[in-house]
Amino acid sequence: MIYDPSWTAVVVFLLFVVGTVGLSFFLGRRAKSSEGYFAAHGQIPWVVNGVAFAGDYLSAASFLGICGMIAAYGYDGFLYSIGFLAGWIVALFVIAEPMKRLGRFTFADALDAQFNSRGIKGAAGISTLVVSVFYLIPQMVGAGSLIQPLLGYPHWVGVVMVGVVVITIVVTAGMVSTTWVQFLKGSLLVIFSFILVIMLLQRGFSTNDTAFETIGPIAAGQLDGEQISGREVLPPDDGWRPPPAAVKITASSTTATVTQPAHGYADNDVVKIEGATEPSYNGNWTISNVTEDTYDYTMLTEQASPASGNPNASKILYVRLASVDQAGYDIFRVASIEGSNEVLMREGQTVSGAGDNKMINGAPNGTGPDQRQLQPIGYLSKLPNGQTETGPVGPISFFTTLNDSEIMLWSSDTIRHDDDTTTTVYYQKPTQGERVLRPGEHPKFKGIRSGKTTDRLNFLSLMLALFCGTASLPHILIRYYTVKDGAAARKSTIVGIATIGFFYILTLYLGLGAMTSGALDLTDSNMSAPLLANSIRSWLFAVISAIAFTTVLGTVSGLILASSGAVAHDLLDGVFGVKLSGPKQVRVAKIAAVIVGGIAIVLGVLFKELNVGYLVGWAFSVAASANLPALVMLLFWKGTTKQGIVASVLVGMISSLGWILLSADTYKSVYGIDPENAIAPFSQPGIVTIPLAFLTLIVVSLITRKPAEA
Amino acid sequence: MNTSPPNARQYNSRLGLILFAIYLILYLGFVFINAFAADWMEKIVLAGLNLAIVYGFALIVIALLLAGVYGLLCRAEPSETSSKQESGQ
Repeated sequence: MIYDPSWTAVVVFLLFVVGTVGLSFFLGRRAKSSEGYFAAHGQIPWVVNGVAFAGDYLSAASFLGICGMIAAYGYDGFLYSIGFLAGWIVALFVIAEPMKRLGRFTFADALDAQFNSRGIKGAAGISTLVVSVFYLIPQMVGAGSLIQPLLGYPHWVGVVMVGVVVITIVVTAGMVSTTWVQFLKGSLLVIFSFILVIMLLQRGFSTNDTAFETIGPIAAGQLDGEQISGREVLPPDDGWRPPPAAVKITASSTTATVTQPAHGYADNDVVKIEGATEPSYNGNWTISNVTEDTYDYTMLTEQASPASGNPNASKILYVRLASVDQAGYDIFRVASIEGSNEVLMREGQTVSGAGDNKMINGAPNGTGPDQRQLQPIGYLSKLPNGQTETGPVGPISFFTTLNDSEIMLWSSDTIRHDDDTTTTVYYQKPTQGERVLRPGEHPKFKGIRSGKTTDRLNFLSLMLALFCGTASLPHILIRYYTVKDGAAARKSTIVGIATIGFFYILTLYLGLGAMTSGALDLTDSNMSAPLLANSIRSWLFAVISAIAFTTVLGTVSGLILASSGAVAHDLLDGVFGVKLSGPKQVRVAKIAAVIVGGIAIVLGVLFKELNVGYLVGWAFSVAASANLPALVMLLFWKGTTKQGIVASVLVGMISSLGWILLSADTYKSVYGIDPENAIAPFSQPGIVTIPLAFLTLIVVSLITRKPAEA
Repeated sequence: MNTSPPNARQYNSRLGLILFAIYLILYLGFVFINAFAADWMEKIVLAGLNLAIVYGFALIVIALLLAGVYGLLCRAEPSETSSKQESGQ
């Protein structure tokens, strides 16, 4: 079994959470004024603030999402690491010092410094709220998935727990304690990830070919016999094999050519031919020379052409064998051996139903005698030079060894049954190591190899949004107000870059280590990093999970603080002119924090199924489109007017949000409708909406510019 | 060299933009190779490592180096109070 909730885990975990909340109570005693609540009196030392940047920034998405993505597909997840870090260069070289110079509490302050306009405060406040909420959802979802295996509670309990703890932190203390929590968590995350990587390199790699069974090579003809290696073959009905399609077959010598319009098969698939009068045509064949409507196979003897009778074809992909010593069945996926008519059968796993009716390999999910559970995955099938174990590896030989190895990655497939229910089949896919060390294996990044322009634009757009997004995230921007001056802002950004950069280098080791750890959960790639820790030492699992959970706490409290600042300071005070004294403003901000926290809890429960990575990418796109153009133009173009800023923020925000809501990704994973109907040509808006916001600002500024204005 | 405070800011801001431009070019190089010549990324270029890993790690390490350079070369700026009315350059 994959998860084994232990008392150590629970105790370590609770210690972390209690310690964190206790610390925030202790530090928060003094934060009564607005300066204290929103900006920690500007008195945070720059080193602490720098590590706190890392704490804010290395969210659940960075830690869990990136490691999980690398563990499942290889290098592609690291593209996020690179983009996330590159964004800090924008923050350091362009944004940090002016932000500090111009503003007081919030991002809106900085935009509005020269104009004192309600419009700017309103637009910037709303964009802060929108981006924060978008960014909050994946954090809450991540928290839920962590709690589930660790403490055994359902997903929603995890979400509510995070919500309550975070609201407590934010309400009791504000920026001082939030900063110290971030500092603690940032340091712990980097230190323990580093320890994990060292232990991982010490362990080295080993192969495992016993975890999952491989049968064969056997002749393709045996695949639909009654028995395979002495075990009963279950009938391939109820959707397990597609219905046979009528075909035409011609032959020249022993080569048979089948014409079957839009068959959808690929080279080396095994196809069963039946119903031809001439017996030589019939049988199970490995096909080749596949075109859209035809394919070839080689018969054993020559035959008159064309085939008579009613020949039909169906592909043999899965074979189910009755299980020998367990309930249910064992499923195998057929893989032909190139250049022969023999096949290998590699064991897979199936999941059907949900909740209490969940079935694994045709048996109820559970640990009882007639029940089965998903088995952990993530094995090397071959090491270079036929080794079975490498012993300790160095930081470079880690990659060179992997490059020459073969890894069993897993993919999934859906079987539709007669009663319209489905079964998900997970199957092994032997993959050359060099393929997981290059970009383009993940479905989202496959586009860069497809040669299609929209796929390339989508990739460029994502990388642009990551680059521009960091410097426009509200919870990062407010951290510039917790230090004394521009120089301290600069220095803390440098510390932040060093901490974050070091961590991102570790992500590649962690992800690839998890890929080969033999401990992964097929259905939840987000748990890869904690499970990798579990495969090394079980106490490490507790520590890493607890850190991951405080990671969520830290990021969420930063976001809620940013949103409450936007409500109390920008919207109420700035737009509606409700003038409140310092302590009253703090009270309003705390009420706002409770409300935003509540909204985050609800959304976290609702969006449980959604991939954490998607949402974070979107938050970056919206932040980059709405905030960055206005910020940059304000700093570098004297002709910028207040109308220009308002228009740019609104156009950037609405266009990027609209694009996301109309994109294929959202159609598929949120509305559940056919992504083919999506209106937006590709999923990532940045490459269109960021320039659009710049253009809007320039045009509107030129129109509204007064000749007298300096 | 003695500089008056506003010049220090101008100097810092120009330094920032130059370093930014250097990094931008490197980042664009990486992104464009990925988007238009993805095959280059699997070529082994250094110590048995492919371009994807070498370039990716380099982008992170260079970010640290440039940040360090910026930190070292920046000049002291005027204090907070005297600079409120001005926007950046």
